[in-house]
Amino acid sequence: MNDLLTHPLKTSTGRTIRSEEMIINMGPQHPSTHGVLRLEIVVDGEIVVDVIPHVGYLHRCFEKHCESMTNYQQVIPYCDRLDYIASMNMDWAYCLAAEKLLAIQVPERVQYIRVIMAELQRIASHLIALGTYGLDVGAFTPFLFMFRDRERILDLFEMTCGARLLYNYIWIGGVSHDLPPGFVDKAKAFCKYFRPNIKEFNDLLTYNEIFIKRTANVGVLPKDVAIAYACSGPMLRGSGVSFDLRKDDPYSIYDRFEWSVPVGKGEVGTIGDCWDRYMVRMREMTESLNILEQALAQIPDGDVASAIPKRIRPNAGDAYVRSESPRGEIGFYIVSDGSGTPYRVKARSPAFVNLSVTPEICRGSMIADLVAIVGSVDIVLGEVDR
Amino acid sequence: MTPLEITDRLKAKLGDKVVDAKIDGVPDPFVKIAPGAILDAALLLRNDAEMEFDFLMCLSGVDNGKGILGVVYHLYSMTNRHKITVKIDIPVAEPAVPSVSSVWAGADWHEREAFDMFGMTFTGHPDHRRILLPEDYPGHPLRKDFKVPEFYQGMKVPY
Repeated sequence: MNDLLTHPLKTSTGRTIRSEEMIINMGPQHPSTHGVLRLEIVVDGEIVVDVIPHVGYLHRCFEKHCESMTNYQQVIPYCDRLDYIASMNMDWAYCLAAEKLLAIQVPERVQYIRVIMAELQRIASHLIALGTYGLDVGAFTPFLFMFRDRERILDLFEMTCGARLLYNYIWIGGVSHDLPPGFVDKAKAFCKYFRPNIKEFNDLLTYNEIFIKRTANVGVLPKDVAIAYACSGPMLRGSGVSFDLRKDDPYSIYDRFEWSVPVGKGEVGTIGDCWDRYMVRMREMTESLNILEQALAQIPDGDVASAIPKRIRPNAGDAYVRSESPRGEIGFYIVSDGSGTPYRVKARSPAFVNLSVTPEICRGSMIADLVAIVGSVDIVLGEVDR
Repeated sequence: MTPLEITDRLKAKLGDKVVDAKIDGVPDPFVKIAPGAILDAALLLRNDAEMEFDFLMCLSGVDNGKGILGVVYHLYSMTNRHKITVKIDIPVAEPAVPSVSSVWAGADWHEREAFDMFGMTFTGHPDHRRILLPEDYPGHPLRKDFKVPEFYQGMKVPY
């Protein structure tokens, strides 16, 4: 810096170049921000001095809408649109909260169907996260491979409820339709087909020299910072904290399955860097497959609509229920005043909370790394902005 | 610790600042604290070796009606694996409450959202701005007495 002050840079025409910080706006329309996120970046040359995220461009008044519905069931299609690439998990999270208020016991078969749907959805969501992350750092081919496989999961969903993106499938107390004939076999066939592909993704992208150079030791999120900011999901586990709500605060029937929680170990860099977060997602797909195979083998017969209440009118009170979405802890805080309409619904969305830590981990990195960091947070603006 | 032990400890340390507590017969056990004492309570909840609530799961603003706003803190301890809900009531006439973002950094955006939607101010917040709505939006839409304005920036609202 000092030599610049004493010997300022000059153009060939003799004009002195100013050297000072400047503000750059990345987004709201920028391919690497995965939606309409605006990052106000203060840069000193190519070094990022500060990042100020601006959210809200996709605000759709979700919470206000919930209060003006005529019943609890009508909220579910809006939940679909929170995290539109993991709609099943969103519906389930809302239903868990409503079921806690109503004190409903859900039938066994419904529990299994929900686990199967949630885990299929988790794989589909991680495939998007990993594929677009490859795009962010310049790898195009893995994206195509991953979308090819996601397509098969969407076909399974379409077969079940007719929709490919926004399902409205999980209802309070049950699910809208039973599984169609042949679903279990097709899902088993998918597991068999998909397992070897994970190795292919690893060969293509994970251990690629250029990919490691772009992501290792970049955007390191230390464990204590992650907990202080209440980060969750792969973001928290990437920092080496073994914490998964399916394991550590079990809901539904997750305690019946054998599986493990992958955590970041700093294999190619520091614990909590972008590569670790990426790798946690990659390994979680294998674990989801493990859960899926067990659930598909154990699923019992039964009625799926027996616990769906005809009239939803919970007692006055409030409940906060959280569950594990692909992005982390999705919590719904519902306040009931005893009427048929929710008095207040707050969605604690994981991406919103995870995004709030980005200024902390971006300071001091290069602008190009910023793209890698924001990609590794895996935000979906639908649930950030609600 | 059980919710009962947690509320007893809070009562022992904070005395009459604990306004109300309900353990049984509610989906989530909660403690109600006097709004002025929330920062002390937050520090106690986080730093006490046996409680150690280091993870702020959720922070929600609520309009309780009859001129009372509320803030609800859902806390979890990663080390001790227990939960508690802390509530405060604030009069809508003077909706100021100490910010807990110095205790849990994750409270920062949640508090901005609560301010945005309900209009309570969090004193001591490092970046007290609206977060989801535009800077010039009139009013705080999740309040129960909020009326949707007919025009916003010269555009008719119920289009």
